[in-house]
Amino acid sequence: MASVLEVPSDTTFVSAGPMVPRPFVVKRFRKETDDTFTLELEPKEGRSRFVFGPGQFNMVYVYGVGEVPISISGSPSTPGLIHTTRAVGTVTKAMAKLKKGDIVGIRGPYGTTWPVKEARSHDVVIVAGGIGLPPLRGAIYEILSNRKDYGKVVLLYGVRTPADILFKDELEQWRARFDMEVFITVDRAVSEWRGNVGVVTTLISKAGFDPQNTIAMIVGPEVMMRFTALEFIKRSVKPDSIYLSMERNMKCGIGLCGHCQFGPMFVCKDGPVFRYTQIKDLLVKWEI
Amino acid sequence: METLERILGQHPFFKDLGPDYLQLVTGCASNVRFEQDTFIFREGEEANQFYLIREGRVALQVFSPERGHITVETLGEGDILGWSWLIPPYNWHFDAKALDLTRAIALDGKCLRRKCEEDHHLGYEILKRFAHIIEQRLESTRLQLLDLYGVRS
Ligand SMILES: Cc1cc2nc3c(=O)[nH]c(=O)nc-3n(C[C@H](O)[C@H](O)[C@H](O)COP(=O)(O)OP(=O)(O)OC[C@H]3O[C@@H](n4cnc5c(N)ncnc54)[C@H](O)[C@@H]3O)c2cc1C
Ligand code: FES
Repeated sequence: MASVLEVPSDTTFVSAGPMVPRPFVVKRFRKETDDTFTLELEPKEGRSRFVFGPGQFNMVYVYGVGEVPISISGSPSTPGLIHTTRAVGTVTKAMAKLKKGDIVGIRGPYGTTWPVKEARSHDVVIVAGGIGLPPLRGAIYEILSNRKDYGKVVLLYGVRTPADILFKDELEQWRARFDMEVFITVDRAVSEWRGNVGVVTTLISKAGFDPQNTIAMIVGPEVMMRFTALEFIKRSVKPDSIYLSMERNMKCGIGLCGHCQFGPMFVCKDGPVFRYTQIKDLLVKWEI
Repeated sequence: METLERILGQHPFFKDLGPDYLQLVTGCASNVRFEQDTFIFREGEEANQFYLIREGRVALQVFSPERGHITVETLGEGDILGWSWLIPPYNWHFDAKALDLTRAIALDGKCLRRKCEEDHHLGYEILKRFAHIIEQRLESTRLQLLDLYGVRS
């Protein structure tokens, strides 16, 4: 599993020490939905290119408030750093109040990446639930920028209501392509919604992939990921071709403190992207 | 031209049913078409069919005086629509509305019920297949009820 372990690192940053956040300036703040926003960041000093792999995350520090792990939601091949975050608690709500010109601290990139290289010559089915789309966006960009190397590319995206759909313009552009299929479903809908209603697992039967030659990448709440992985297996996708991105509370982000322990592994260092076969037994353990 | 028997035989719902039973079932089948935004059935009406959707999308809806038509689920190509024909008192519990032009194969529930009563082996085969669909829908509904994407409290 070369790419899951092959972690690009930003050498400028590493030389400053792994626990020292590097200051980044907010270049743009964009509201995506009622509770979700995107920050475009640039380093205050030094080179502006932020080298990362799709699926990796940063520890984002709001000075004086606290630090949280947030996936990188931009494209690995374009400059700048993008984070899309849902405001749920102390730190993320403080992030939601940031304005252009404000400074945040960044440590990273950390963690494993999506298997975009292994996925070449395979069909790729990407399943995102809720705020699970941003962590997959980098992989989608990577795959689309080398589109001819892949078989079918399908995005299945489930959200709570139509108002919670992220990146609407991008979804429209992807949907308009002849070489990508996009299916969206919502859990509950008002009467004007003409799209799909139902959980995201119901879209898997519509995706029309070759199960023996498919790589699945899934991000969402853990229960959703579990049921989605099982649905793929029911349809004869090989369990070790299924990848999930896990979330646990984090402190150091680099495998030192044990906060993110997940059975014998640390989500920050051994994940967040895991093969389903690495973690399937842990997913059903209550005490983990 | 594809015959109804061939189309039914290729559908996962009728997989391994056997040629004799397939022929019996085909005797209760017909092609149907619903224009966009028309109702396929309405809550409370007698449930005398089920449908194998071949093309298009269908919304299962409930009407609420406060909130209008609420869609609880959408179904599309390859899906089976309706099981109330199988369970007394044989009335639809939801409205089904074609969201797009929808083509389907309708199976006459009265005809099929009669054949199932006459041959319990066929009845069991049909019931097993519906039990599977009901189980899938129940699982999806449970996940929907969990409100997985809400903020954890
Ligand atoms: C590897 C990794 C990548 C992540 N990527 C992203 C990302 O790209 N975008 C993003 O928005 N989040 C992401 N998260 C989740 C994010 O780190 C948490 O939402 C954040 O740590 C919450 O911190 P807080 O101080 O705002 O909330 P807290 O004050 O710690 O929690 C407040 C309340 O929010 C609830 N809560 C906490 N986390 C979540 C959550 N994830 N979802 C729903 N409710 C929650 C808590 O149960 C609590 O009720 C990621 C997490 C990990 C581990
Ligand atoms: S967050 Fe410290 S070990 Fe993972």
